[in-house]
Amino acid sequence: MVKVIVDDIEVEVEPGTTILNAARKIGGEVVPPAMCYYSKLEGSGGKCRTCLVEVAAGSAADPRPMPKLVASCSTPVQDGMVIKNKTSERVREGRAAVTEFLLINHPLDCPICDQAGECHLQDLGFEHGKAGTRYEEKRRTYDPIDIGDKIKLHMNRCILCYRCVYTANQITDNRVHGVMHRGDHAEISTYIEKAIDNDFSGNVIDVCPVGALTDKTFRFKSRVWFLKPMNASCECTKCAGKAVVWMFGDEIARVTGRKDQYGEIEDVDGKTGWICNECRFDKKDKSKWNIEGPRVINRHSVISQGHYLTNDPKRDAKKLTGK
Amino acid sequence: MGRKLLLEHVNVPGIETYEVYRKNGGYRSVEKALKTMSPQNVVEEVQASGLRGRGGAGFPTGMKWSFLAKPEGVPRYLLCNADESEPGTFKDRYLMEKLPHLLVEGMIVSSYALGANQSYIYIRGEYMFVLEIVEKAIAEAYANGWLGKNIMGSGYDLDLAICPGGGAYICGEETALIESLEGKRGNPRIKPPFPAVKGLWGCPTVVNNVESIAAVVPIVNDGGAEYAKIGIGKSTGTKLISASGNLVKPGVYEIDLGLSVEEFIYSDEWCGGIANGKKIKACVPGGSSVPILPANLICKTAEGTDRLMTYESLAEGGFASGSMLGSGGFIVFDEDQCIVRNTWNFARFYAHESCGQCSPCREGTGWMEKVLRRLEYGQGNLRDIDLLEEINKKIEGNTICPLGDAAAWPVAAAIRHFREEFEWHVTNPDEAQKRNFGIASNHMPLV
Ligand SMILES: Cc1cc2nc3c(=O)[nH]c(=O)nc-3n(C[C@H](O)[C@H](O)[C@H](O)COP(=O)(O)O)c2cc1C
Ligand code: SF4
Ligand code: SF4
Ligand code: FES
Repeated sequence: MVKVIVDDIEVEVEPGTTILNAARKIGGEVVPPAMCYYSKLEGSGGKCRTCLVEVAAGSAADPRPMPKLVASCSTPVQDGMVIKNKTSERVREGRAAVTEFLLINHPLDCPICDQAGECHLQDLGFEHGKAGTRYEEKRRTYDPIDIGDKIKLHMNRCILCYRCVYTANQITDNRVHGVMHRGDHAEISTYIEKAIDNDFSGNVIDVCPVGALTDKTFRFKSRVWFLKPMNASCECTKCAGKAVVWMFGDEIARVTGRKDQYGEIEDVDGKTGWICNECRFDKKDKSKWNIEGPRVINRHSVISQGHYLTNDPKRDAKKLTGK
Repeated sequence: MGRKLLLEHVNVPGIETYEVYRKNGGYRSVEKALKTMSPQNVVEEVQASGLRGRGGAGFPTGMKWSFLAKPEGVPRYLLCNADESEPGTFKDRYLMEKLPHLLVEGMIVSSYALGANQSYIYIRGEYMFVLEIVEKAIAEAYANGWLGKNIMGSGYDLDLAICPGGGAYICGEETALIESLEGKRGNPRIKPPFPAVKGLWGCPTVVNNVESIAAVVPIVNDGGAEYAKIGIGKSTGTKLISASGNLVKPGVYEIDLGLSVEEFIYSDEWCGGIANGKKIKACVPGGSSVPILPANLICKTAEGTDRLMTYESLAEGGFASGSMLGSGGFIVFDEDQCIVRNTWNFARFYAHESCGQCSPCREGTGWMEKVLRRLEYGQGNLRDIDLLEEINKKIEGNTICPLGDAAAWPVAAAIRHFREEFEWHVTNPDEAQKRNFGIASNHMPLV
């Protein structure tokens, strides 16, 4: 085990752990935001640069600071490393810069976006963005397209995190999904709009940190904060059948995988609990699911507001009893 | 004329053919290395030569070679980076076009030194005619026993293949080159691991520029110590310079490192001065990625000493008053050239070539390009100049690969040295449109 310090808090982790995962082991405020890294997807990370941190001391053996900010999701810790996240002015500036970059070509159409309320870019913008913009140019725009009959792609909102590309690559058997073009004119695409026709293709919706990939069976049905998420399971031959059903009154408005506080699909029986398209898109009938109970949503985001349970028992008690 | 190590026989008729090349002493280094030297000896000679990578970064080649991991039973690869796409740089093309066998010869000796049995030349997609020339040279080398199994009875096997790129500047970045060679999208990888440990197909790999590899030939022939006698300090040997812009004699020159910049620009032996009797206004000494120098800092440093064509002297003064030797793309601007337009032109290139993987470079290069375009076309305001400075500070150092920095530095330097000209564009938009822009009058949109 190696010892590292993140924002004055010491933690012991396995050698080879990334700075981000060491911070996640501590949890809470010291965890840098991660828009592209996804622990369940091999090769992800390093791209969005929102997770930049300052390394104030490289290691116990060589305590020199690193000259540049580093991407915490793809930099392994060294014994004795001292990392500054929240406590670094440079990090705050760097992150504000990245946030600005991510937003200059973003349509800011949250009012009509299904992801609003559970969008990681909204959270990032809320914490690190500015009220105004210095961008006076025309924004890059694309028309929304269908990726198959169940998924909608709003390329305007995409931050090119590549998560969906890795998902399509790693959990579906045919690679038809990737990135075309370069630079700010790059776009994700199923090659020449060929639909991803695969039992697990719907998972690209769950990994997308923004509203670029959305569920057409749920489009414009409701805002997420009006829904009650419930852990539910079903007998399924294709996947583990462990999902979250989002209830609007007595109806299932949508079905998603079980995501943790970082937006990552939780493990089910030691494997990532990706759900199949049938569970996601076709089982909207309550009788098909065994509802286990309320789902804890633990995120600093709109979606956590108005819910009955959090990870904080004291707050829960207050909510339930009003005291 | 100065000494020629690489271009010695460039004017011999038929030198691109095997027979003529061989008659002029070609493939001697392969004979010498395979018959009398161990691979380690070759590496040592290259270390002794002080040769620094000619692809832009100037990293010592011998040191790079010594870092190559050598795990048992894992193949190693040598990749030649012939993706030359930096605006202002065209020396590799010249070398491959005129002396294809020099590159093949260099590849054989270098591969031998590294213990590689399969090597690749990754060539820029736009250089298809050059590819054909080099391909022919490779076929001739095979036919004459310099490639293939058991070369010269030494027991050493080497296959050499050539692979065309798809026309992306970013594929010149070594890890993007590797991805592209593997048949993937040319996105730079996140380092570490470095190619020396995990490169092509996960195996230890060395990537070197065409000119670096060609320079190994004279180093092996004459010895590293002999090579190191040329030049000054840590800038040893000769360097190919691609001279372009408003010069009397633009072209590819082989110079001894250490030549003074003044002599290079003005002497009749080299560029012959500024064309049409004009005065020099600015110079980009190392390809589009390096900071631009204003007239007063080209031939002299800020301290008033002579500026020399070396890695150190061109960098003297740091970003405040220096630049870099880079890949040796020496671009000269005369008094009629518009710095704003040129800066926009470079920015347009980087915005077009950014791979788009990381947010600061993807969004920042596009943003700078748009702001510069407005300034150039008289629709800017003074705020924009500060905004540009801000944007490039935010890109710099925050990206996966150095393309982000390469896009930021030229803009930063242009504003540092030519701020008045930017301001003039804002305050005199109509005037700015009427000027003669010479070389930079390409209106074709790139995208
Ligand atoms: C965006 C970018 C483009 C590059 N293009 C080239 C190129 O066209 N040719 C080249 O030799 N090196 C290029 N390089 C440098 C290579 O990454 C690498 O450092 C070089 O090939 C190493 O060879 P050397 O040590 O012989 O110079 C580029 C680097 C970057 C970041
Ligand atoms: S569509 Fe979503 S998941 Fe895919 S690259 Fe864009 S932001 Fe990332
Ligand atoms: S710096 Fe630019 S070119 Fe390099 S990896 Fe990032 S986006 Fe791609
Ligand atoms: S999460 Fe680390 S760069 Fe995106």
